[in-house]
Amino acid sequence: MKVKAIFVLGESCRSAAMAIRANLFRAFLTALGIIIGVASVVTVVSLIQGFRLAIERQFQGLGSNSLTVSAYTPPMDELKGLRAKLSQDDVADLRAQIAGVEAITPTLESVQETRYRGRTHSTFVRGTTPAYLEVNATQVDGGRFLVPQDLKTRNNVAVIGVKLAEKLNLPADPLGTHFQIAGEWFKIVGVLEKKGESFGFSMDDYVIIPYPKATILQNEMGAPDISVQISITDNLALTPMKQQIANLLRRNHGLKEGEPDDFRIETQEEITATFGELMNGITLVIGGVVAISLLVGGIGIMNIMLVSVTERTREIGVRKALGAKRNHILLQFLTEAVLISFVAGALGLLIGMGVSQAVAGAIPQLASAYTPPWAAVLAFGFSVGTGIVFGILPAMKAAALDPIEALQYE
Amino acid sequence: MIHLEQITKTYRMGDNVVHALRGLDLSIAQGEFIAIIGSSGSGKSTLMNILGCLCPPSSGVYRLRDRAVEHLSEDQLAEIRNREIGFVFQNFHLLARTTALDNVMLPLIYAGVPYGERERRARLALTRVGLGERIDHLPNQLSGGQRQRVAIARALVTEPTLILADEPTGNLDSKTTEEIMALFDELHEAGNTLILVTHEPEIAERTRRVIRIGDGQVVSDTRNPARQVTEVPA
Repeated sequence: MKVKAIFVLGESCRSAAMAIRANLFRAFLTALGIIIGVASVVTVVSLIQGFRLAIERQFQGLGSNSLTVSAYTPPMDELKGLRAKLSQDDVADLRAQIAGVEAITPTLESVQETRYRGRTHSTFVRGTTPAYLEVNATQVDGGRFLVPQDLKTRNNVAVIGVKLAEKLNLPADPLGTHFQIAGEWFKIVGVLEKKGESFGFSMDDYVIIPYPKATILQNEMGAPDISVQISITDNLALTPMKQQIANLLRRNHGLKEGEPDDFRIETQEEITATFGELMNGITLVIGGVVAISLLVGGIGIMNIMLVSVTERTREIGVRKALGAKRNHILLQFLTEAVLISFVAGALGLLIGMGVSQAVAGAIPQLASAYTPPWAAVLAFGFSVGTGIVFGILPAMKAAALDPIEALQYE
Repeated sequence: MIHLEQITKTYRMGDNVVHALRGLDLSIAQGEFIAIIGSSGSGKSTLMNILGCLCPPSSGVYRLRDRAVEHLSEDQLAEIRNREIGFVFQNFHLLARTTALDNVMLPLIYAGVPYGERERRARLALTRVGLGERIDHLPNQLSGGQRQRVAIARALVTEPTLILADEPTGNLDSKTTEEIMALFDELHEAGNTLILVTHEPEIAERTRRVIRIGDGQVVSDTRNPARQVTEVPA
């Protein structure tokens, strides 16, 4: 019985291959819908997943042994106009009282207007300390980074990202140039290494200034909203350290038992995971939208298969006269549809992978594409499934034909 | 070998009920060479469809090799057609864009014959009808006579009990008709049972037994024992 089933299946594959070969161009047109559908799904997914991978690598550059502490206001409090903040004292206490800290730096970020020779540009102004380099595993390309001296003297020095230099049309060697941040003059002492772009969003459009200077700039707009980045010496101490930090901050903020934290402690892994989830969500939505084109492709298959059944009515009649049973005919047409969509799925997959690589190569803002195995399997399975779903109706129609009428069909 | 008893067949065409066969009796022995003739509307096509197990009769008994086939299901009839009947059609009904060899192998697929054996038998059948050289030709590369030979090879390849030819020379010129008729003679000599459905008296004359159908019944049934296979007219 099993042997017979394999024989029948093998034969229907063979005759399907023959029928497709006999009508190669039409089979290609039929497949085109699926090919395009699969190719676009794979392209979109590959580009987004490539972007995700690139970002995750950037996060990993920060090291898995780092934490970010930031203020958190529950949504209900935010409606009441309350804002949780981390204070200067919190930062000082964290630095002084938590054991196992390798480097710690407060970061104060705001958007400010910068100006150079009549050109203005709004950019991220990040107030931080020399430890920033270590925590973020980054470095300067030219000049120097902030030094402890800058914090003490409150020098108006700035370390800029390359995109900002471009936006303000700064000299090719901007070191020593003066420009304005929020109306105050700063001297450029260093340029940070280029981080590139992601999805057209520059990672180099910012300027770093000494932390105390940034608090002064911000003070004019109320208490500053600080976040603290910490890198630690021992990875294994991460969990107890989180607890220590939480205890310290709760004490500092006078939170009673049962009251929720007004801050968040996130490890790089958590941030990466959150980001990954976000990207997967985006992948799913965009991929799903594009997958509709697969549906259209499937309808294309059904349409052509129905035409094919009508056109080959006499062939069906002949096959039945020669002894084909219902199932033979059903399987033959179904196999044909599945075979077309199978090949189309494979082609679409290859094309999608190629196109996404080409697009990623042609547009420098995009990260290099990455096709995850699950996407390949899914796109492929989906196209074969489409073949079955949309092939079954025409196949049933063919199988139900009466041999005498089919033979007489003109 | 073939035994029909009180066969009737009624169709419904719109509001009309058509009595295509009205209590037809017929017996055919192994190795006979028969022509079924009759005007259009006589019921001869319906008779052929029933003989060929393409449709069941409305009532009556049909025994094919001692097996009652009148009540069989669609799929069971397909199996009978595959094993017992070889069809030759007026329009050849070869699969387009499919080689002569693949066309001849087709019924063997449904018989569950494995590929190697299938090819061997198909080559043999094609050689037998004189087309051993042209097995890889497509139907549109063959003349009408050659196509009909392919069709006959396809009918032979399963070694059926009965070869049923429906106006087999209807689309052929007189010379080719002669060749095909000679081939039928050969097959008859070799012991095959042949039934030709035709409206051409010249074709019917060349068989051993002529059954005339009229109004859904056998009108006359004449044997022609005088005719010798060997005296093929030039």
